[in-house]
Amino acid sequence: MLKIEAILQPSKLDAVKDALLEAGIEGMTILEARGHGRQKGHTEFYRGREYTVDLLPKVKIELVIHDEMKEKAIQAIVGAARTGRIGDGKIFISHIDEAIRIRNDERGETAL
Amino acid sequence: MFCRALRTPVLAALLGLPALALAQTAAAPAAQASTQAQIAALQQAVQQAQAASASAQSAGDNAWMLISAALVLLMTGPGLALFYGGLVRRKNILATMMQSFAMMGLVTIVWAVVGYSLAFGHGNWFIGGFEHAFLRGVGLTPNTDYAPTIPEQTYMVYQLMFAIITPALITGAFAERMKFSAMAVFLTLWSLLVYSPMAHMVWGVGGLLNVAGGHIPSLDFAGGTVVHITSGVSALVTALYIGKRIGYPQTAMPPHSMVLSFIGACLLWFGWFGFNAGSALAASPLATSAFINTHFAAASAALGWTIYEWKHSGKPTALGAISGAVAGLVAITPASGFVQPFPALLIGLIAGFFCSLMVFKVKAFFGYDDSLDAFGVHGMGGTLGAILTGVFATFVINPIFGKGVATGAIDGHWSQILNQFAAVGISWAIAIVGTLILLFLVDKTIGLRVSAEHEHAGLDLSQHGEEGYDFNT
Repeated sequence: MLKIEAILQPSKLDAVKDALLEAGIEGMTILEARGHGRQKGHTEFYRGREYTVDLLPKVKIELVIHDEMKEKAIQAIVGAARTGRIGDGKIFISHIDEAIRIRNDERGETAL
Repeated sequence: MFCRALRTPVLAALLGLPALALAQTAAAPAAQASTQAQIAALQQAVQQAQAASASAQSAGDNAWMLISAALVLLMTGPGLALFYGGLVRRKNILATMMQSFAMMGLVTIVWAVVGYSLAFGHGNWFIGGFEHAFLRGVGLTPNTDYAPTIPEQTYMVYQLMFAIITPALITGAFAERMKFSAMAVFLTLWSLLVYSPMAHMVWGVGGLLNVAGGHIPSLDFAGGTVVHITSGVSALVTALYIGKRIGYPQTAMPPHSMVLSFIGACLLWFGWFGFNAGSALAASPLATSAFINTHFAAASAALGWTIYEWKHSGKPTALGAISGAVAGLVAITPASGFVQPFPALLIGLIAGFFCSLMVFKVKAFFGYDDSLDAFGVHGMGGTLGAILTGVFATFVINPIFGKGVATGAIDGHWSQILNQFAAVGISWAIAIVGTLILLFLVDKTIGLRVSAEHEHAGLDLSQHGEEGYDFNT
């Protein structure tokens, strides 16, 4: 089992969600986030005072998938979220030891 | 419409007379007596017409003044409360709005008990007496000293709305760090110690600066000195006395909701028609003049501030545009019933540039934390407006010194500018002294500032046990 965490531009969320569904991945968790990587923030002005806002609004999606779905999921996310500009986001993948369905105590991949 | 209604009894009387006269030629001996009867009838008709005219004027004036009073209250809550509330951080919005709202309650009570009397009672050159304490003698007949066509209670409640908004303006300077209890005591006493004497000196019978009969006749139509200088200068004194917010200026403290501030500023603009045009104290042509001037100055000041900011920061911000409009409204306040429309546009434009310069440069230079720019906008805008009133006031609009008598410098009466400076100096002085005394007393008894822990938590939680926004429900 793998966990995919992808940080996206908020405007790309719907496209990524649709692409993942099309790839056969149904469950996901979405979080509103703030952050930055290499992308610089922007400047706001309030009565002559400059505020540099470097934590920009982002969306983070989390999904746990079967190992063999890895490439399909990556392609779906990259294909839908890429604009080619700085700030498109990142994908992180890690192993998951266990998954448990709370409703009936199912364990492992069948719980996904 | 009401003119026609007035003429009717007069016309009826006049038309009736020739018929009577014809009938009388037949009875010569009775002629003398009947002529007297005719005169009596005519006199009665004229009296009736005058009474009808006075009653119609009184009805029209009273309607306008009650609406104006309501408009001025609208400026404090929700106008100022929203304007200031949007400019603070999210954790302080309710506390900031409550500071304005508290004035609506507290000042009303002290005004009824003694505030009105100290401002508008017969006293000396500095302050009114106690003759109207507990509103004694303030009834439904006019007080001819002030507004001869409206009930004195209308005048009293209209002036009350000014007394409410003035201390509420100061709250912008100490936003996000004063105890609610300290604020309540400080500003309630301020309305008695600073506002009432200043209102008496400028508008009260026998006041030092009263335009009609004062030692230094100064022009202040709707409160440039009484409202904006006193509140703005007291704001500066308070900001200096209480000190900066924790983290200022290193930590960014941008407004949390420009949308709320935007609505608030537009409500201020709307309510200001009651503030300035209402200060004609009648539904008169002078009210129209003040209305137009108010609107014109707000418009051109929004433009002035925006131009400055666009050049300075590269973007025309919404906050800049609405701050400019408020600055223009402040600056035109003393001049609104004395100047013509184009000078009003000019006063607004100058105020837009001048106040943005104060807020952008002067505040940064001295480093005080006048959090929401109560001094930069009200103190300096009021000072500028008071002086420019002496420049542009003209008898064409308001022959305050008599028909055809030069009023401001534009009429050739240059010395009026000196009187305006004197009025500005006196209002600065009373604001500084009165505010310092009160801050010292409240600080030594209650303590002005919340603890650092409470300041971090925000005043909404620490002072009121509430939150403006609850995202968990």
